[in-house]
Amino acid sequence: MHPAPSVILFTTFSGLGFGLLFWLGIGYPPVTGMTAFVMFAIAYLFAVGGLLASTFHLGHPERAIKAFTQWRSSWLSREAWASVVSLILMAAYGAGLVFLGQRWTILGLLGGVMSLVTVFTTSMIYTQLKTVPRWHTALTPVRFLAFSLAGGALLAGQIRPAILLLLIAGLVQIMHWMRGDGALAASGTSLATATGLGRIGPVRAFEPPHTGTNYLLDEFVHVVGRRHSLQLRVISLILMVAIPVALLMMPFNHVIAFLAVASHILGVLVARWLFFAEAEHVVGLYYGKRHA
Amino acid sequence: MTQLPAKTERKLGLVIDLDTCVGCHACVISCKGWNTENYGAPLSDQDPSGANPRGTFLNRVHSYECQPDDGPAQLIHFPKSCLHCDDAPCVTVCPTGASYKRVEDGIVLVNESDCIGCGLCAWSCPYGARELDAAEGVMKKCTLCIDRIYNENLPQEDRVPACVRTCPAGARHFGDFADPESNVSRLVAERGGMDLMPEMGTAPVNKYLPPRPKDRIEDKAATLETVAEEPTGFFAWLDRALDRLPGGPTGNRTQKETETL
Repeated sequence: MHPAPSVILFTTFSGLGFGLLFWLGIGYPPVTGMTAFVMFAIAYLFAVGGLLASTFHLGHPERAIKAFTQWRSSWLSREAWASVVSLILMAAYGAGLVFLGQRWTILGLLGGVMSLVTVFTTSMIYTQLKTVPRWHTALTPVRFLAFSLAGGALLAGQIRPAILLLLIAGLVQIMHWMRGDGALAASGTSLATATGLGRIGPVRAFEPPHTGTNYLLDEFVHVVGRRHSLQLRVISLILMVAIPVALLMMPFNHVIAFLAVASHILGVLVARWLFFAEAEHVVGLYYGKRHA
Repeated sequence: MTQLPAKTERKLGLVIDLDTCVGCHACVISCKGWNTENYGAPLSDQDPSGANPRGTFLNRVHSYECQPDDGPAQLIHFPKSCLHCDDAPCVTVCPTGASYKRVEDGIVLVNESDCIGCGLCAWSCPYGARELDAAEGVMKKCTLCIDRIYNENLPQEDRVPACVRTCPAGARHFGDFADPESNVSRLVAERGGMDLMPEMGTAPVNKYLPPRPKDRIEDKAATLETVAEEPTGFFAWLDRALDRLPGGPTGNRTQKETETL
């Protein structure tokens, strides 16, 4: 799949922002006043900034409001609702903490849970696609939620949970890669089933329908950079798990915390680039671009 | 509304005969011609006369080579457009309700004024039937020429999709799959019409007729008896004479070697 920068930024930062909102919602850390203001500002900057970035890849962003209508069937529509509901709940909860010094516990819990629901709906947009076998697995939502919780804990300064969750998220990421590498072959879809010609004998794409490129090839048949997959996987694991965990084990100060967060974000961006760049859409079979 | 109808009254669609298609791409051109100036936004081209031409098409023809165990390789031309699936994933993923499947005839359409161009429907389609138009920013797909098939301003013989009307080989057929006596239903029954990627669970309406088994000459006519295993007369003499020349089997041998042969 084409790794569009807008979608990589969106999933990375909104995942972190909603992760932080979850921890703030359940009262870790129990902040009020100015400190609460700064933490909520960071969470909203990430969550809302990510959502705005996602509109950049739309053909008609001015009609985005229509995306709220089809929540009965569409995960993208459900994501729109979940994100708005959690942002409104958390804004009310945050206002109580910042301006009134009041902790409305139930509201915070609801907002926290809805923040995780938002991340889940984002992950389901990818998970639901049978056309991308690498994504079509329960491990995809687990991976999105694990990184959201871990990144949120890191931003919220919850050191012990952050260390544990980062290690778990790294493990889930490795499992996702290992399963993903054989997913297309295991799916049973091949050029033979795509054309129905397998009964005659082995099928080979002889001639493409057009000499140039097209929307399908640009969007679904991204192959650049796959040969550096292993190096990029190791780099992302070092940046998003190993370095932050090592830094968190040192005596806490704000410089170390900032470095841990910066390293984690860079690592998640690399991993998210791979999430798209490595994903094989079955339409590539018709173009003879997949060798399962 | 992007929920799928439980059942459609008719199931309009195409039968594509892979045995008959000659790969001339006339259907591609007539489709582009009709659909760029009728229903919805035009099918734009980018850099059409330059070094890297590209554009939006609703129908494209691939060509595949199949290698049977015994016999020569076969070349099969393979037109591909929207299959108007009964369980169309492109409809249910749409967040705005722009994509829908019509209850009355099962045609899958895009309401372009509701499309936000998110591309998720194209992601969900295993067949590559949908293309986002680069100029208009909306999703384009086969409409089964909805503006031809019900168009009373056209003569009766033109009220079929442009690709069907133009196909010089008669490889494309249009009809109602809900009617077991229709031309398309009978073709599917007689020729073993098949689904593309049945494992995806999309239940495509369009069917493909597999290539018929190729004739083999040895099944059609007995081969002639061999006249002679060894040449006789003039050709036997010529064979021996050529053998004796340098480079021939006996040409470089000594007299003694030749005698022992």
